Amino acid sequence: MNQPTLDHAHAAIEFNKNEPRVNWHDETLWFVRTKRDRAVAQIPEWEQLREAASQIKNHVLSNMHDLLVQFEENAKRNGITVHWAADGAEHNAIIHGLIQKAGATRMVKSKSMLTEECHLNDYLTKHGIEVIDSDLGERIVQMRKEPPSHIVMPAIHLTKADVGDTFHEHLGTEKGATDPQYLTEAARQHLRDTFLTRKVALTGVNFAIAETGGFVVCTNEGNADMGAHLADVHIAAMGFEKIIPRAEHLGVFLRLLARSATGQPITTFSSHFHKPRPGQEMHIVIVDNGRSRQLGRPDFRNSLKCIRCAACMNTCPVYRRSGGHSYHSAVAGPIGSILAPNLDMKQNADLPFASTLCGSCSNVCPVKIDIHDQLYKWRQVLMQEGYGPAAKTVSMKAMATVLESPRLYRMAGKVGRGVLRFAPVTVENRFNPWYNQREMPEPPAESFRDWYINNKKA
Amino acid sequence: MKVGLFIPCYIDQFYPKVAIATLKLLEKVGCDVDYPLQQTCCGQPMANSGYEHLTGGCNDNFVSNFAGYDYIVSPSGSCTLHIKHHLHGTNETAATEIRSRIYELTEFLTDVLKISSLEATFPYKVGLHQSCHGQRGLHLAQMSELVAPPYSKPVQLLNLVKDLELIQLDRRDECCGFGGTFCVTEEAVSAKMGKDRVADHLRHGVHYITGVDVSCLMHLEGILKRANSNVQVKHIAEILTATI
Repeated sequence: MNQPTLDHAHAAIEFNKNEPRVNWHDETLWFVRTKRDRAVAQIPEWEQLREAASQIKNHVLSNMHDLLVQFEENAKRNGITVHWAADGAEHNAIIHGLIQKAGATRMVKSKSMLTEECHLNDYLTKHGIEVIDSDLGERIVQMRKEPPSHIVMPAIHLTKADVGDTFHEHLGTEKGATDPQYLTEAARQHLRDTFLTRKVALTGVNFAIAETGGFVVCTNEGNADMGAHLADVHIAAMGFEKIIPRAEHLGVFLRLLARSATGQPITTFSSHFHKPRPGQEMHIVIVDNGRSRQLGRPDFRNSLKCIRCAACMNTCPVYRRSGGHSYHSAVAGPIGSILAPNLDMKQNADLPFASTLCGSCSNVCPVKIDIHDQLYKWRQVLMQEGYGPAAKTVSMKAMATVLESPRLYRMAGKVGRGVLRFAPVTVENRFNPWYNQREMPEPPAESFRDWYINNKKA
Repeated sequence: MKVGLFIPCYIDQFYPKVAIATLKLLEKVGCDVDYPLQQTCCGQPMANSGYEHLTGGCNDNFVSNFAGYDYIVSPSGSCTLHIKHHLHGTNETAATEIRSRIYELTEFLTDVLKISSLEATFPYKVGLHQSCHGQRGLHLAQMSELVAPPYSKPVQLLNLVKDLELIQLDRRDECCGFGGTFCVTEEAVSAKMGKDRVADHLRHGVHYITGVDVSCLMHLEGILKRANSNVQVKHIAEILTATI
């Protein structure tokens, strides 16, 4: 059961080998965070909006079953076919079946982190279906055979030069081109051809409305609409927590989502889908994939409130300096670090430790998820379940033994200070991670307790 | 008013001058201060590493040292927050009592004692590092993520110090990257965060970096020293007791 939990840390070491790139990554995301700050500061009722959203989501978490059943009834009445998937495998098989039924071998897909979570692209590719991602950032990372590094800005880890190189290789653009206008035009022509020739289109779901049986997809590029409107079959993939009770609640979430994500007042496109157009098929695949398990964990159920704005990633000082790929999970950053252990504790035992628990994530969260408290709680669960490295457990037990005993503590302190003063080489070496980039504190001759006894005690 | 002075383990061992300044400051403002001699550690290093279940001994030792005081005061936001949120024990009644009576030094001075003047002089440019656990955990200062009126208890106190020039940082409440055992388990990110934090202060020409948490300051000091910088760190208690 014991296994090393240092994957994130190792990936972060690699990422930090190129410091100018880390600086650029950090500054780019901090720019988005400050843009978000300016946008939310213009809404005097911002904190009340967050509270309203949080309470609507609390209601959703407590009434999940009824709301989903209500949604299904209304969606069916609208002519949408509703599918239920217990896990990623079922989700993938249902979508594959729908593509086969349509007699297609190609599909266009707008952004859906759920399909990333279920590894849909890999599955379909293995079954001979070609999938083209139509979100520009996703298309770029897809060409590079990389996963997205951010849920809202999937290619945020890449520079214009990286994109130029990628397009040169895959779209035949001029070598060394970095002009955004030129590169965007190349992507536009490439995607236009895709939209016009695909019979099946898949979109994600940002909000599904129980009351109406319709759903809303938010994009800045209009790519979801282009795919869905031109295709004969529109498949929407949705994690079941995306449900909201009533259409009137959309106003709360649409105001929060884009401001938190990018500092925009609203996404450029907020497309409402209620029924298929004549001759079109519309399907929605509602996925559990561990969500009901998370709903059943009182300490972690709040994580299902997430509306995937990525504000927690942009503000996270660790994410900004380790990059999205270091989280080795479809959803990176602080929110990903509390969602991922639910999917696989062993694989993701390192993620709740990839945080200083600074708490910034919880405060930017538009639906008030207690992210940093959940990180702390996951640490307790993971170590108690035995997912910590054996050496760590041994050293923590030793530490606890010393620190709980005043006598041992004082002895260890004296020895430690002595070693630092008279034989600093024992800690000032390459085996001490602190010393790698930092000097050790200067040890004083006496502890405060010694001073207190000598100077204050009568 | 009987105040129990809680000096976190690493301050006791490595920064006794911070503890001495805290004691002097509390006595100067009229508190009857007692330092329980058998105190060790709050248990946070284990708890934040996922081993809260090993902190029972630290908890019981803490309770036996600090039960019965009117207030418990500590020059560390982080350790104070840990006790406030996670102290439990064999004597749960005493533990509950302690959780409600523990204060970080600056919140004790501003909220309980309501200090409005201080005899202190510090004629230097100072940058304040708002440590996260104090700021976001104990609400010592407003956080930049919220849409709410600004305030800061440490700034309120630093403004009482004669000739002190407080500089504004570009990122006013970014984490320094210390994070307890994070500073060694995630050394690459931790050190990078520290370097960036220090750079923000240096860009504004500070002579000193101060804060309410010695752990953050120890980390920043390590980075400053490695860079051979003349800029020094001082805990806020040292500045609030400074005279010339």
